[in-house]
Amino acid sequence: MSTVPHSAQTAQAIDDPPLFGADLSFHDVTELVSHHTEKKTPTAWFGAFALANAGLLLLVAMIAYLFWNGTGVWGLNNPVGWGYAIVNFVFWVGIGHAGTLISAILFLFRQPWRTAINRSAEAMTIFAVMCALIFPTIHVGRVWVIYWTLPIPNQMEMWPQFKSPLLWDVFAVSVYFMVSATFWYVGMVPDLASLRDRARSLWRRRVLGVLSMGWSGANRHWRNYEKAYLLLAALATPLVLSVHSVVSFDFAVSIVPGWHTTIFPPYFVAGAIFSGFAMVVTLLVISRKVYGLENIITVNHLEKMNIIILLTGTIVGFAYITEFFIAWYSGVPYEQYAFLNRAFGPYAWAYWIMMSCNLLFPQFFWFKKLRRSIPFMFAVSITTNIGMWFERFVITVTSLHRDYLPSSWDYYSPTAVDILTFVGTFGLFFTLFLLFLRFAPMVAMAEVKYVMPQADPHFYEGHGDGRAGADEPEVAPSVSPTS
Amino acid sequence: MAQIFPKGANRLPAISIVGVLGGGIFAILLVWYYFSPEYTDVGYAPEQPVAYSHRLHAGQLGVKCQYCHNWVETAPHANVPSTQTCMNCHSQIRTESLKLLPVRESWATGGSIPWVKIHQLPEYVHFAHNVHVTAGVGCETCHGRVDRMEVVALSEPLSMGWCLECHRQPELYLRPAREVTTMGFVQPADFVRRNLERIRTENIQPPTNCSACHY
Repeated sequence: MSTVPHSAQTAQAIDDPPLFGADLSFHDVTELVSHHTEKKTPTAWFGAFALANAGLLLLVAMIAYLFWNGTGVWGLNNPVGWGYAIVNFVFWVGIGHAGTLISAILFLFRQPWRTAINRSAEAMTIFAVMCALIFPTIHVGRVWVIYWTLPIPNQMEMWPQFKSPLLWDVFAVSVYFMVSATFWYVGMVPDLASLRDRARSLWRRRVLGVLSMGWSGANRHWRNYEKAYLLLAALATPLVLSVHSVVSFDFAVSIVPGWHTTIFPPYFVAGAIFSGFAMVVTLLVISRKVYGLENIITVNHLEKMNIIILLTGTIVGFAYITEFFIAWYSGVPYEQYAFLNRAFGPYAWAYWIMMSCNLLFPQFFWFKKLRRSIPFMFAVSITTNIGMWFERFVITVTSLHRDYLPSSWDYYSPTAVDILTFVGTFGLFFTLFLLFLRFAPMVAMAEVKYVMPQADPHFYEGHGDGRAGADEPEVAPSVSPTS
Repeated sequence: MAQIFPKGANRLPAISIVGVLGGGIFAILLVWYYFSPEYTDVGYAPEQPVAYSHRLHAGQLGVKCQYCHNWVETAPHANVPSTQTCMNCHSQIRTESLKLLPVRESWATGGSIPWVKIHQLPEYVHFAHNVHVTAGVGCETCHGRVDRMEVVALSEPLSMGWCLECHRQPELYLRPAREVTTMGFVQPADFVRRNLERIRTENIQPPTNCSACHY
């Protein structure tokens, strides 16, 4: 494939496996990634896009039906005032956590393996947050006055209640969306410039020219760019933790048994990362295969993600058990009942789906063979997201359907509109994701290149690959040892 | 490689920044002024079925407000007078006037005069005249100088923010009970102190919670 000196490969195998497969050159990376935005649109893409569009159409139809008739078309009843809309909102926001974690936190922790997956993970984040934002917007009933949730001066002199976590949510999620989108776009500028320089037609060059904001690859551009990227990473990092903490406050700040627990913020954040990474695995297992990127997004990358899935899945499972312990230890009968009712009440089926998908199945990733097996990790990534959806369902519905007043206890079941709206959001998600795959560089080419062995200044002299060898000091002494 | 953009494109960033900022500010001002009830509603003066002049009756002749709007102190709804109230006088005064033809017609047939309502509130707002009038909110405060109106026009925006202005600081608007119907009332110099005193002794607490008016 290229003419990389063999020494680089041997030197690299000291402790870690190589980041990227085969002997990729810089040009190979550019070709492998850019090619997919330049070739003729494959028929299969149109097929997938049509399917996703059908889902999107379904979503639009369901929302229109909802607006026309009001929230009565959903399955909400008197004790269960929060149903699918909130479950789906938390589900999608949770998925939207992996992108920024991969791009910001792993960037600050200098994890070079993030470069292969960060672009698509961030895209997934943005699209997932868009799906999430639909639900709080449409669940208000009178959607035409949704701007009342924002602090806009108005003739009613009405002002949002700043003591309410629901308002914090509006800010947390919209700030998260804006910062993720900015971060994604800024990271893409050098790659858009690469595409611009390769473009044949004038209009393609012009569109990409606007998007890449006059990037010329000058030293000065790189310096400013890297500074900006670092600052944005630092800005996005607290958001990874804060957004889902605030989402958990929607529940934890209330006094409903089963919601009113201090463990919620960390447990929600762990769950969000868990489901987000599972979604990244689901998407990348397919797209690396379809787009022939197995050498850039290698099994090693997937394995690292599976380790994070194992870790966060275990944290989440630990939180489930802790909740039970605290319910018993608190001595509050309502709290104890809420948890027993979760595990053995009318929604026990949902509880045990959640337990097995989130706590049990990821434990198989302790085996190296299984966490490197593509079919197995694909299956677990799917069950993880099923489990995480059920986690939100269990938290929302089981806590509400039997609270303090036994006379108002009821059983909640969704209507067809509830279910089809949720199915429709997948249509929106995949429509956007397919557009991304078709038109944007799906791997951060520039970032991949600077963690490749060729990025080392001494690489072409036949030594040096950015790492110390077994018999070399970590940092070359500044003074020559012979003097 | 040939240039992608013509030279004029260099101006685009500046133009777009100025355009977005300027356009944003322009849009805010536009909405601020033209979308407010002060612009859209104030001055609404529809033609009435009878050319009744408040200037003549309330202003020059000095008929008290409550002579016609006689429920205003006791009922939430300040009534439009019935035809009988008009006929108290007009069965003897100007009995041949053409302007009064619809009134006599209504008197004869028992049908209503289709007066056009000017002070409209949305159906989800409840407003009680009696509470306000007895607490000392002047007619003029909300309805303006009716004694000078040939045709009654809306003089205040009746928006929620406008209501809240008084509910938050009633001491700036209240007047003594005997001055409630006075037109062109001038507050005495120490009215704020007097009103605060009244608010304390009479325990006047205008609510500002949602369900005070929306129930």
